[in-house]
Amino acid sequence: MLIKRPDDIPSSEITPESMYLNRRTFVGAAGALALGSVLAPNLLSARATSDGQDDKLTSEEDATSYNNYYEFGTDKEEPKVLAASFKPKPWTIEIAGLVKTPKKMAFEDLFRALPVQDKVYRHRCVEAWSMVIPWQGTPLKDVIARCEPLPSAKFVEFTTLYDPRRMPGQAAPVLPWPYKEALRMDEAMHPLALLATGMYGKPLPNQNGAPVKLVVPWKYGFKGIKAIVKMRFTDKMPNTTWNDANPSEYGFYANVNPQVDHPRWTQSKERRIGQFLKIPTLMFNGYAEQVASLYAGMDLRKNY
Amino acid sequence: MTRADVTHGTIFDRLEPHVRRWERWALWLLVVLPLVSLIARAVMSDLGANPIERLERETGEWTLRLLAASLAVSPVIAITRWGWLIRERRFLGLATFFYASLHLSVYIGLDQFFDVDDIVKDVLKHLYITVGMAAFLMLLPLAITSTKGWIKRLGGQRWNRLHRLVYPAAVAGCVHFLWAVKKDITEPLLYAAVFVVLFALRLVPQRSRGRR
Repeated sequence: MLIKRPDDIPSSEITPESMYLNRRTFVGAAGALALGSVLAPNLLSARATSDGQDDKLTSEEDATSYNNYYEFGTDKEEPKVLAASFKPKPWTIEIAGLVKTPKKMAFEDLFRALPVQDKVYRHRCVEAWSMVIPWQGTPLKDVIARCEPLPSAKFVEFTTLYDPRRMPGQAAPVLPWPYKEALRMDEAMHPLALLATGMYGKPLPNQNGAPVKLVVPWKYGFKGIKAIVKMRFTDKMPNTTWNDANPSEYGFYANVNPQVDHPRWTQSKERRIGQFLKIPTLMFNGYAEQVASLYAGMDLRKNY
Repeated sequence: MTRADVTHGTIFDRLEPHVRRWERWALWLLVVLPLVSLIARAVMSDLGANPIERLERETGEWTLRLLAASLAVSPVIAITRWGWLIRERRFLGLATFFYASLHLSVYIGLDQFFDVDDIVKDVLKHLYITVGMAAFLMLLPLAITSTKGWIKRLGGQRWNRLHRLVYPAAVAGCVHFLWAVKKDITEPLLYAAVFVVLFALRLVPQRSRGRR
């Protein structure tokens, strides 16, 4: 399996060793450290890396049992249980909107003969936790090529399955179902954008969005729409679910940006699942070199 | 033999001697078991993918539950006439403060790892943290003045007035929870509903139920 190395961290992002060492020690510090070393066996190794960045793969156990997938419950441990009996096949994906030929395609037909690639990406949730996940999937641009969008298409909108009988969480209006997400066409055509059909060398588990989910590693995880049934090409910026649910907190672009806080929590640091100490969040989740040019001249504080 | 035995033959009178034997044990279990469970799961690495978040969540939930339990004591006494139960109000109040302190310690020591800068920024910028800190600061004087010595020092009237802080503390705790969750406010609303009922039971003046 080809493991792609994540990009080098610029020296400006390196957390000075003194920052870690210069802590006020309270009476409970020893207890906290003891508890911490119990909670995360690699506590000591996390402190040993001087730049605070440790792009070790997240354990498959953690990645498949800690999921924001409200279609199967709002507790992060619920989707693994509630999605256990979900059947992701047979699956149909509708290609609609500004395309040469709108059609409905069987999942197998849409992905037929498209090479499956291994991509190890950092995944950054808007809630300030993150993982490193070995995905298997097809670059979104290859699938879009197969959809034959018209030149007038400026955005591509994705929709999740809507079926409360199969997705029990949809029985409650906690979000305006069905889940929708969208990308600008240049974002969608970027080589980093992936339609994932597997992870850890296995087919995508139900709780991770089987049979196919979107992975856009430079954006917050809620852009990674799961269980996609429709791709619609349009010239108007589509509404996206979290932006509809809470416009002041979740934007369309949702680029990972340590300088722009979420109204209720900070975005300058994140908890890497499996590690004890928080690590600094990187601009565009560390993919700035590849994607910053997409947003040249844009005010990313306004376009959050 | 209580006064109630002489004057009433209610179900509560019949239950009383049995309850009285076991209730202190039961309350200790209520207070200790959640902590034992958390420690056991921590040691066995069974706190899920984000152990610190789980610790924060559960210590916070138990703070609210024990707070509700301590606020339920007086209404229970009003119904059952078990006057001796009043001592458990302090027991449950201190248990509440214990879990509140655990919750705060997890936040300061594990979540933020004693980063004073980050903590100050969090308290000043993020309202749900501000409100959470306020709730703790309101519980602090209640814990400190929980002793008989302090009741004497302040005098019954002033002590009672100080301990009315428990109401805004409960409100702040509920709002902290409500604002902390991302979208699904079912649980925070449930807790708020319980506190509304408890407030009503305690603040609506008792009419012919005897002295408070």
